[in-house]
Amino acid sequence: MSKDNIASAELDFNTPSAKRNRSIRALKDKFASVGIAFGGISVIVAILLIFFYLLYEVAPLFESADIERWQENNQQVAPYSVPGEGKTLYLTMEEQAEIGLRITDSGQLVFFNTLNGDVIKQESLNVPAGATVTSFAIASEYSGIFALGFSNGEAIVFKQTYKSTYPDGIRVITPEVAYPLGTAPISISEGPVEVLALNGSEDEWTIVGGQRSKLTATDVTLSLNIITDEVSAETNTFTLPNMNIPAKKLLLMPDRSWMMIASDGGKLGIVNMKAEGGPAITQLIEATTGNITSFEMLLGGNSLLISDDLGVTSQWFLVRNDKNQWVMTKVRSFENGKAAVSSISIEHRRKGFVTISEQGQLSFYSTTAHRTSLSAAIIDGNADMIALAPRSNALLVEQNNQLSLWAIHNEHPEISWSAIWEKVWYEGYEEPEYTWQSSASTNDFEPKYSLMPLAFGTLKAAFYAMLFGTPLAICGAIYTAYFMVPAMRRKVKPFIELMEALPTVILGFLAGLWLAPFMEVNLAGIFVTLLVLPAAIIVFAYAWSGAPKAIRYLIPDGWDAALLVPVIILATYFSFAIAPYLEQMLFGTEMRYWVTSELGIPYDQRNALVVGVAMGFAIIPTIFSITEDAIFAVPKHLSYGSLALGATPWQTLVRVVMPTASPGIFSAVMIGMGRAVGETMIVLMATGNTPIMDVNIFEGMRTLAANIAVEMPESEVGSTHFRILFLAAFVLFIFTFMVNTLAELVRQRLRKKYGSL
Amino acid sequence: MRQSFSEWTKSGAPWVWLNAGAVAICLIMVIGLLSLIAVRGLGHFWPANVVQGSYVENDHRVRLVGERVQTEIVPAEQLRESGVTVTENVEEMHRSLMKVGNRDHGGTDFIWIIDDFLENKENPEMLFTAERREWGNFYGYLRGIKEEGTLVASHEGYEKSPEYQVLWDALQTRIERVSSIQEKIDHIEKGEISSINYELERLRLKERSLQLKEIVESAPYQEITDRRLALNAEYESLQSELLALYKAINRDSITAEIANGQVVELKIASIVRAFLPNDMGLGGKLVHYFQKLWEFVSTDPREANTEGGIFPAIFGTVMMVLIMSVIVTPFGVVAAVYLREYARQGFVTRLIRIAVNNLAGVPSIVYGVFGLGFFVYFLGGHIDDAFFPEAKPAPTFGTPGLMWASITLALLTVPVVIVATEEGLTRIPRAVREGSLALGATKFETLMKIVIPMASPAIMTGVILAIARAAGEVAPLMLVGVVKLAPSLPLDLNYPYLHLDQKFMHLGFHIYDVGFQSPNVEAARPLVYATALLLVIVIALLNLTAIQIRNHLREKFKALEM
Repeated sequence: MSKDNIASAELDFNTPSAKRNRSIRALKDKFASVGIAFGGISVIVAILLIFFYLLYEVAPLFESADIERWQENNQQVAPYSVPGEGKTLYLTMEEQAEIGLRITDSGQLVFFNTLNGDVIKQESLNVPAGATVTSFAIASEYSGIFALGFSNGEAIVFKQTYKSTYPDGIRVITPEVAYPLGTAPISISEGPVEVLALNGSEDEWTIVGGQRSKLTATDVTLSLNIITDEVSAETNTFTLPNMNIPAKKLLLMPDRSWMMIASDGGKLGIVNMKAEGGPAITQLIEATTGNITSFEMLLGGNSLLISDDLGVTSQWFLVRNDKNQWVMTKVRSFENGKAAVSSISIEHRRKGFVTISEQGQLSFYSTTAHRTSLSAAIIDGNADMIALAPRSNALLVEQNNQLSLWAIHNEHPEISWSAIWEKVWYEGYEEPEYTWQSSASTNDFEPKYSLMPLAFGTLKAAFYAMLFGTPLAICGAIYTAYFMVPAMRRKVKPFIELMEALPTVILGFLAGLWLAPFMEVNLAGIFVTLLVLPAAIIVFAYAWSGAPKAIRYLIPDGWDAALLVPVIILATYFSFAIAPYLEQMLFGTEMRYWVTSELGIPYDQRNALVVGVAMGFAIIPTIFSITEDAIFAVPKHLSYGSLALGATPWQTLVRVVMPTASPGIFSAVMIGMGRAVGETMIVLMATGNTPIMDVNIFEGMRTLAANIAVEMPESEVGSTHFRILFLAAFVLFIFTFMVNTLAELVRQRLRKKYGSL
Repeated sequence: MRQSFSEWTKSGAPWVWLNAGAVAICLIMVIGLLSLIAVRGLGHFWPANVVQGSYVENDHRVRLVGERVQTEIVPAEQLRESGVTVTENVEEMHRSLMKVGNRDHGGTDFIWIIDDFLENKENPEMLFTAERREWGNFYGYLRGIKEEGTLVASHEGYEKSPEYQVLWDALQTRIERVSSIQEKIDHIEKGEISSINYELERLRLKERSLQLKEIVESAPYQEITDRRLALNAEYESLQSELLALYKAINRDSITAEIANGQVVELKIASIVRAFLPNDMGLGGKLVHYFQKLWEFVSTDPREANTEGGIFPAIFGTVMMVLIMSVIVTPFGVVAAVYLREYARQGFVTRLIRIAVNNLAGVPSIVYGVFGLGFFVYFLGGHIDDAFFPEAKPAPTFGTPGLMWASITLALLTVPVVIVATEEGLTRIPRAVREGSLALGATKFETLMKIVIPMASPAIMTGVILAIARAAGEVAPLMLVGVVKLAPSLPLDLNYPYLHLDQKFMHLGFHIYDVGFQSPNVEAARPLVYATALLLVIVIALLNLTAIQIRNHLREKFKALEM
C-alpha cells in the first residue's frame, strides 16, 4: 500500500480478505488456547498419573478375597451328585482345576470333570483280598502322594499325576496313577492300620501306622537296579514304644524326625523319631480345650494346623528354646466365630489354608500375615469335605452327596499391615522378627516381606549422610552468603552448585571402590582428622589474628576460606600421618581390628560411614544452595541496623540474620533429607545391601530404593513381590513428596515475609 | 594489639573461621574428587614402562616382568604375621601391585610384590607389550614370526639390535595386514550378515502375521519363500567368503619368550596392537597415548567390557538423551506456557506449581518403577497386542527398551523444563506483551513472535539442565532398558533404521556394571575411572553452558527493565 492511501484515510479494514485474515487469526488463536490448555493440562495429569498408577498397582495387595459359583460360558456351574461310589476320604483337583480326584473308602480313585461330575477315569487300588480300607494319609498336598491303610496291616502308597497333550492345538489332560513304592501293598503292622502317616522324598520314605495305641514305623528305601532299570523297595519295620497317648490322627514331618499325634479331646503328642535311644515322646500338650477336629500340616511341612470344635484353628511349629531343644509352640490362632471347624484344606503354593465351619462359614487364612482374607457363609449346614485347587483359584465343596465348584479370587493373602510393619514370627524362627527375604530357591519357602529393615536402612543411611553433610553445607552457606567477598562468592557458588549435577553413580563408584578400602585401612586417620581439623582452624585463626598488620592486611576480610585451604590440607595430611602411631599407642593394633576384637562390633568394608560420607557429599550442594539463597535474601537493612547498634558481625548473624532465614534453612534440610532418602546408586554401590536392622556405623544396610533396584528386574509381573516393591516405591514417593511439600510451603511463607520487610 | 584468647572467642571470630573452614572443606573435597577421577582416568592410557627384575622370596628366585600399577606402604609386622621373612628392625615396607599380564599362561593378571625383594630392576628396550582381543595384555620378547606354522624370521638375544628392528617391523606389517582383514570380517559379520538375519526375522514375522490374518492365497507366501531362498543363498556365499578370510587371518603367528623363560606361540590375529614401551620416546608415548584415548571413545568394548572402548555406551547415552529432549521440550514448554500465560492464576495453579516443583525431588527410582509398570508392562503390553501380534510371545515393546527409557527420563526431567521456562516467562516485562497486544496481535501471535523468542534462552537452560540430569541418571534406567552389553546400536542401516524397541548401553550404567559386576575388577578399574571422567566432563560442560545462558539472559533483561 502506498503512503497516499493511508494519508487519505481510505484504508479499509473491512475488505473481505482482511476480514478473512482476521477471522483466521482469531480462529488460530482460539485453537492455540484450546491446544495449549489441553497440552498443559495433560502434561500435568501425566505427572500426577504417577501417584495414581503406583496406588493402582499397590491396591490389590489389600483387597480381600472373594468367592462365587464357578462360571463357565456365562453359566453358573450347578451342583452335581458325587461321582463314583463310597464315602469320600479325600478330594483334590489338578493344576487347571478341570479334573477332580476323589479317593473313596472302597479303595477307588475317581477322576471326574469338575464342571459336571462326569467320570473321566476310575482306578481301583490293589486292595488285599478280604481287607477293607481303614485309614488314609497324605504326604503333602504339593506332592500329591497319598497312602491307604488296610485292615490286614498293609498299606499302599500312590501318586496322582497328570499329562497334558495338545492334539489339534487343544489341551487334553489325562490323569494317571503312579505307585512310587511299588504296586503291591506293603506290610507295616500286625493288626489293622487304624491310623497312618507317611513322608519322605525321592527314595527314602517312612510310613507310620498301626492301632491307636500300638504304632509301628516302616522305613522304605528305594534302589534302582541299573541293569534291569527296575526299582526295588527295601523295608524295615520296627515297633514304636508305647506313647501312652491313643492316636486319633498322625502326621510325619518331611524330614521324618518328628511325628505329631492328635489324641482324644485336645491332646497333642510330639514324638522325636530320631532321639538318642530310639523314638521318644518329648511333649504332651493340651492343645485345645475342645476336641481336635482337623489336624494338618501347612505347605512345607514345618507347621502344624490344629482346628477344634470351638471354631479356632491354631498354628504350631518347632521352636528352639534356650536349652537348645526343639519345642512345639503355639504361634498364632485364627478364630472363626464359635462354630466348630468341620473341614480344612491346605493351599498348595502358599502358607495359607481354608476352613469351613459346621454352619457353612468359609474362611480364608494366611498364616504369615495372620490375616483372614475372607469369611463368608456359602452353604447352609455342615460341609463334608472341601478341596482347594493347586492355584488356589477354585474350591470343591461336598455336602449331602452333592459337589459344587466355586471360583476364588485371593491374589495376595500373605500381605497385611502387620506382615509389613510389625514383627512376625516366621516358621523356624525363635521369636518374632522384622525380616526382609523375598525369595528363595525352594517352592515351600515362606516369603518375608517386612519393610521395616528397609525403612530402617533408608533412615540410617539418610541419618549418617545428614550428620556429615548438613553441618558442612549450612556452615559453608552461612560463610558464603554473609562473610565472603562477592568476587569469591561468584566463583564458589556456581562451583558448589555444579556438584549437584555430579552423577551419583560416580560418587557411588568412588565410595565403593576407592573410599571403602581407603577407610578400612585408614579408619583411625578419619577420626583423628575429625578432631584435628577444627582445632587446626581455630589455632590458625587465632595466630592470624595476632599476626602483624602488615601481613594481615595483605589479605582483606572475606578471603578467609581461601586462606584456610592450605591449612586444611596440611592438617588432614598431618592427621593421617600421626594416626598409625596414635592407634598403636591407644589400641595396640589397627583401629579396625580393635573395633572388631575389643568392642565386638562387626566391621563391614562397605558400611554406614562410607555411605554417610558419600551421600553427605551428594546432599551438600542441595542444602548449601537453598540455605545460601535464604541467608543472602535477608534484607540488608536488618543487618546494617544491627551492626550500627554495635553488634559484632557474628552477633548480627546469630541474632538477626539466622532467625529470619531459619525457615529457609529448615526447608533446605528437608529437601536434603528427601534427596538422601531416595538416593539409589550411592547406597547400592557403597553398602553390602544386607537388610539388617542395626544402628552400628560400621555395618551396612539396605534401603528401600536400593532394594527396588536390586529386586525389581527379577520379580514376576503382578506377583505379590512385584506389588510390594511398588509399595516400597509408593512409600518413598509419599515420604519425599510430603517432605518436599512441607519445605516448599515454608519457603513460600518465608518469601512473603521478606516481601513485607 | 594482641587480643587474649577469651576476648577473641567472645567476638565470635572462631565461629566465622569455622564457617570459612566448612566452605574450604567443601571446595577441597570437590576439587579432590575431580582430580582423583582425572588422574586415575587419564593415567590409564599412558604407556607405562615395563619393569623386569628378579624377584627373590624365601630363597626362591623368579624373573618378573610387568607394569607397576600401584604402590602402598605396609607395616612390617603385618607382613611377618602373614609369613613373609622381613629383616629385623624394619618398620614398614613398600608393596606394589604389578600387572604381569599373560593371563593364559600365569593364571592372574595382577600380583602383589614387595619392592625390596625385586632385584636387578631394568627396563629392557626389547620387551614388548601386546594388547590382545582376549586374555588381556601380553608381555615378552619377540623371538620369531611364523607363517602357516613355518618359521620365516627369528632373533635371539636381549639387546637392541638392527636385526631385531627388522623382525619388529615385520611384525608390525603383519599386524596391519591382520587388522585390515579383521575390518573386512567385521564388515561382513556385523554389516551384511546381520542385515540378512534381520531381514530373515522380518520375513518370519511377516509370514506369521499372514497366518494370523488367516490369509490363504499362496502368492504372498510364495513371495516370502522366494525372498528367503535368495537371502539364504546370499548368506551361503558370504559364509564361504568369511571362511576364506578367517583362513587368511589365522595364517601368521609369532613366538615370544615370556617372563619364566618359556617360549610361547601367539596368533597375530589375536593381537590388537604391539609396542615397545621402554623404547618409546616422549613423542612416541604421546602418540600412543592419544591413539589409546581415541580408541577408548571410538571402539567397542572387549573382554566383558574390561578393555577396549566405550563407543556403544556413548552412542546409547546420546541417543537416549536426544530422544528424551525431543519429547521433553515441547511438553515442558507447553505446560509452562499454559501455567503462566493461559491458566487463571489462583489457588489451583499454586498447588500445581508446588506439585511440579516437588516432583523434581521425587527419587528417580520411583520414576523407574513407574516406567517399568506403566510404560513397559501396561502400555507396551497393549501395543504388542495391537500392533505386533505376529512376534508374540516374544515381546516387542512390552519389554524394557530405548523408547521407554527416553519417555521415563522425559517424565523425570519435565519438571526441570517447566520450572526453567516459567522462570523465563516471568522475567519478560509486562510492557513487551502489552505492546504487542496493543498493536493488534492476538494472544497466540504475541506468544509465538514475542514471548517464546524472548524466553528461548530460559527454555534452552531448562532443556540443557534436563539433559545433564538425564545423562547422569542410572537408577531408573536399570529398570527400563539399559543392558551391560547391547549386541547392536539402536541406529543402523536396517529398516526402520531407528530401533526404539532395542535395549541400549549407557555410560552411567557402564560405570556401575564394570565397576561392580565385572569378573576382573582390578583390570577394569582404570577404564571405569576414564568412563567416569568422560561423564563428568560431558555433564559439567552441559551445566556450565546452562549457567552461561542463564547469566547472559539475566544481563539482557536487566537492560530491558531499565
